[in-house]
Amino acid sequence: MKDIVEIHWHGRGGQGAKTASLLLADAAFNTGKYVQGFPEYGPERMGAPITAYNRISTERSTVHSNIYYPDYVVVVDETLLSAVDVTAGLNPEGAIVINSGKQPEELRPLLKGYTGKVCTIDAGKISEEELGRNFPNTPMLAAIVKVSGVVEEKAFIKDMEASFKHKFASKPQVIEGNMRALIRSMEEVKEG
Amino acid sequence: MGIRERLSGNEAVAYAMKQINPDVMGAFPITPSTEIPQYFSAYVDNGEVDTEFIAVESEHSAMSTCIGAEAAGCRAISATSSCGLCYMTEMLYVAASDRLPITLAVSCRALSGPININNDHSDVMGVRDTGWLVLFAETNQEAYDNYLQAMRIGEAVGLPIMVCQDGFITSHAIENIELVETEKVKAFVGEYKPQHYLLNKDEPMSVGAYATPVYYMEAKRQQAQAMIDAKGVIKQVAKEFEEMTGRSYGLIEKYMMDDAEEAIILMGSSAGTAKEAVKQLRAQGKKVGLIKIRSFRPFPAEEIAEALKNVKAFASMDKDDSYNGHCGPIHAEVCTGLYANGVFGPKGIGYIYGLGGRDVRVESIQKVFAELEQIAETGQVGETYRYLEVRE
Amino acid sequence: MSHLAKDMTPDVTWKDITPGCNIFEGGTSAAVETGDWRTMRPVIDWDKCRQCLLCAPVCPDLSIPVGPDGKRGEFNYFFCKGCGICSNVCPFGAITMVKEAK
Repeated sequence: MKDIVEIHWHGRGGQGAKTASLLLADAAFNTGKYVQGFPEYGPERMGAPITAYNRISTERSTVHSNIYYPDYVVVVDETLLSAVDVTAGLNPEGAIVINSGKQPEELRPLLKGYTGKVCTIDAGKISEEELGRNFPNTPMLAAIVKVSGVVEEKAFIKDMEASFKHKFASKPQVIEGNMRALIRSMEEVKEG
Repeated sequence: MGIRERLSGNEAVAYAMKQINPDVMGAFPITPSTEIPQYFSAYVDNGEVDTEFIAVESEHSAMSTCIGAEAAGCRAISATSSCGLCYMTEMLYVAASDRLPITLAVSCRALSGPININNDHSDVMGVRDTGWLVLFAETNQEAYDNYLQAMRIGEAVGLPIMVCQDGFITSHAIENIELVETEKVKAFVGEYKPQHYLLNKDEPMSVGAYATPVYYMEAKRQQAQAMIDAKGVIKQVAKEFEEMTGRSYGLIEKYMMDDAEEAIILMGSSAGTAKEAVKQLRAQGKKVGLIKIRSFRPFPAEEIAEALKNVKAFASMDKDDSYNGHCGPIHAEVCTGLYANGVFGPKGIGYIYGLGGRDVRVESIQKVFAELEQIAETGQVGETYRYLEVRE
Repeated sequence: MSHLAKDMTPDVTWKDITPGCNIFEGGTSAAVETGDWRTMRPVIDWDKCRQCLLCAPVCPDLSIPVGPDGKRGEFNYFFCKGCGICSNVCPFGAITMVKEAK
């Protein structure tokens, strides 16, 4: 892993992209990294495009600006591909992870000539099947961890299990569903 | 060794409040400081603190509540931002002149209009003459650390204190933070034992007297002295804080200033971004440095003059405009400080930057240094009243 | 440094004035002579006074003392501002306002 990894999250208001970025910061923090997790705030409205950011580093980063040259981009909603220039500044050595049932090759033409790795994960489907509802956060988080290696996989799985156990102490069936979604997502993310 | 955590700036301040367990909080919500009373009210509801939480109908009332409580002999706190701080203004003067050491957390935000919820410093700059002590934080860690030190400072000199951080940029960003154990916090902050207070049945007193012209100026001169005395207290409290945590603070922080020929002066979160810019320019062999203001009130004029006396060119960076047609508030005070301390050599310019959440990048700061390099080389200052990265 | 109201005289310095001009004792108005604001002075004719005590409660400056025997006494001219309310309420014409002679 590089000394500092910068990540963009693109989502729509209400889809939990900000929460996912904070969860990634949590997971990285728990494995001893320095983290920043922050949204770009504006007049938020349900459905409007929103951006959130992560800086994950081995030394504390003092920079408090937004991120313009991300190493990775996560797109929580496929419909954003035509609305937002999601690969702007994206490192060709990095990758973009898109919530979609399509193959990476099908989406590459929408990515304005981006030459790096394109990954897809059907987070909606996994979430529906394992949790019974469309909560794309956990699958997207698992996918970006798998693709970026920003958090060591085993430590990530262990940490997420502990966190789910804490969060859903009164609903153990939800813990299992989330863990299945997490592991499936790490296995099913397609790289192209 | 403290406790490793990752918290947003607002969470960190609310957590410091919880550790201190003050007597009264009077608060009214406003973005981006809303989370502070929100988190704190949960602590109250869970019985984790025994603070009396008073939900009021406006910021004017929030500060009035704090004034009443503090005068009664309690430790009183509040939190606000932007127009909320403006709406408190009348009572801010009362708190300071009644010599009530209230602690106010501010998550700084722009003022309307156009309506904007993002960060700049125009809210705090607008109340800079109210007589409050004002500390600024670069990071969540500093917001937390400043909060732990605030009451000691305010109570020692009998003045209220604002603990400021940048709205959203740190208030809503999660970062690593090292917390101090609660028992250590309690021992450090101590109990509030005011000399005079309204609930002391053995010494009836009146607060908020009318002063005729015969008395008014003497009262204000004494208030001014408390602000002068605060410089020493801030340093002393910081020294004790360093002994406890290993983290050192002063009135200003100098970064790579020892042999600097060009320097910038700024405060808040952008100081961190500017440090990265300085680091990169240093790697290219450029003699650049920065001064971060931690204590805006009292203003460290002497310390800044001393730090700038050997530079060739400097830029003061204001996240606010005074709309006086020539410079922002920091530039005005830096220049006055230089003049008062007999430092006439450095050429100075003022930049208005980062208004209404305009993102401040490493590249933004490097542009400022490029201008300063030019001024240092040619001795030509040019326009001294500049806006950074505004579309022409 | 004194915090007493009596020491907050017009020549008190900024170092000695109480913080915020706060006052650290009760009943300090007892030290302020408001009697010298008076231009008209109430004078009581004890022959006409029936001790009905209508005058005492209406005095804004508590300048009509009522003793333990339930009877009013002489005006307290240290505080009495000469407003004349007592003279107005007296049903027996026992209180007359006369020009203050200083």
